[in-house]
Amino acid sequence: MKSTKTITCINCPLGCTVTVSPGLDGLSVSGNECKHGETYALQEYRAPQRVLTGTVRIEGAFLPRLPVKSEAPLAKELLPLAARELDRISIRAPVSCGTVIASNLAGSGINLIATRDLD
Amino acid sequence: MPGEIVVIGGGPAGLAAAAAASDAGCRQVLLIERDRELGGILNQCVHDGFGNLIFGGSMTGPEYAHRFIREVRQRPAIAVLTGTMVLSLARDRRLTYVNRDGVREIQPGAVILAMGCRERSRFQAFIPGYRPAGVYTAGTAQRLINMEGVMPGENAVILGSGDVGLIMARRLTLEGANVLGVFEIAPRPGGLTRNVVQCLDDFQIPLFLEHTVTFIHGKKRLTGVSVAPLDRAGKPDLTRERFIACDTLILSVGLIPENELSRQAGLILDPVSRGPVVDQEMSCSVPGIYAGGNVVHVHDLVDYVSHTARLAGRGAQRFLEGRTPAGRVIMQAGENVSYIIPQSITLPVSETVDLYLRVREARRSVHLKITHQGNVLKQKIERIVRPPEMIHLALEPALLTGLSDGHTVSITVSGGEPA
Repeated sequence: MKSTKTITCINCPLGCTVTVSPGLDGLSVSGNECKHGETYALQEYRAPQRVLTGTVRIEGAFLPRLPVKSEAPLAKELLPLAARELDRISIRAPVSCGTVIASNLAGSGINLIATRDLD
Repeated sequence: MPGEIVVIGGGPAGLAAAAAASDAGCRQVLLIERDRELGGILNQCVHDGFGNLIFGGSMTGPEYAHRFIREVRQRPAIAVLTGTMVLSLARDRRLTYVNRDGVREIQPGAVILAMGCRERSRFQAFIPGYRPAGVYTAGTAQRLINMEGVMPGENAVILGSGDVGLIMARRLTLEGANVLGVFEIAPRPGGLTRNVVQCLDDFQIPLFLEHTVTFIHGKKRLTGVSVAPLDRAGKPDLTRERFIACDTLILSVGLIPENELSRQAGLILDPVSRGPVVDQEMSCSVPGIYAGGNVVHVHDLVDYVSHTARLAGRGAQRFLEGRTPAGRVIMQAGENVSYIIPQSITLPVSETVDLYLRVREARRSVHLKITHQGNVLKQKIERIVRPPEMIHLALEPALLTGLSDGHTVSITVSGGEPA
């Protein structure tokens, strides 16, 4: 059974403190000033997700690091594990923006893609 | 060349300005960038959150730059000089630049300033102590980690909670360093809420508000910093000072528009925004010199940088075609407004005027009002206003028909309660 959580909404500068608590007939949400706050807080409560961004080693380019991101948001708890996978990747130039660099990041089934051209 | 527009700086502002000048009909645009490639600071901003307003989706800095670099490359009117630094700019638009081929002087028909901003250093933030290695501005640390592949250290303290500092707290953590805390002198974080949540809270990095670094220790390499909370008078309370052992201090203590060239050219600078004063077409106080992006004032979103730079690109081309001003209206920052961009409106007005302003203090339920000779031109209620979040307002030409030369339009953000 999950417990009550307070979540800071990031949709606008108001930054509502939204409380999500489990009740007999599902989750109750309070403290949000608009509907976006409820949607965001429920997502954050059930399964928070983040896009992972970072860099990987690249050889044969004028820079030693290639910026990358996960093609879709990952479960938040996978971020540290996925970040360590990036440490072990090394690729060769040239690379173009959008190229798949690795697949199935931290077992998520999500690809890692390059976010710039580099040669 | 009288028909030529020179854009100084190849970051987000310069890229957008050059493309817009070409689209407005300029047949000869020269884009000058001192780095070896275009893109500016976006190249090191590998995180996402860019482009929500312009592209309707979140992208990383390099991806955002990529879109605009492609736009520049697709326009045959634009020539690009990288590895080239502008050394001087005169009032009559004569400018000298240097690159591998030597020093050259040119005098284009119009100039667009797009030099961006630079970071305040420890010496501008007046932090006492020794001068060891291990003290970096957040942007320098960002460049080292994201582009040069160098970790600045293992145990870091961050001073200042501006966006770049928050972003670096997350980057350092994901790269395996320990971020021991973010210390902020103000009672509120300096950066956007989304960055406080996703960069600090996500990684349980503590944020100490109303705290500052009081001493930098270490003769060769940083060995630690002293930190202290502020007392009621806002001074560090040294009776509660404590030592934190660390090898890295990251400073995120503000950005300042880079205006050495603007000063040389004799442009009037706004003491609050710290950039050149501009009108709605981004014309500076010297005819033929335009400015866009962070050189004008520090924006919180790059989308707005691109937007104001496009205005500068179009404005510069309109100048070349012969613009005939019919007067000027001063924009006056009233209650709780720290500055307004543009600082003046040149008449006649044919297009919607975008106003950008920042407030002095955070307040809830405020009444935002634009008045001209006692008449309210536009008003709205804002649920919350905070200094880090720019306010954007559009003034349609129909609202501005009563303006004439020498008039003043004032903007106030009144009422409400402290947030």
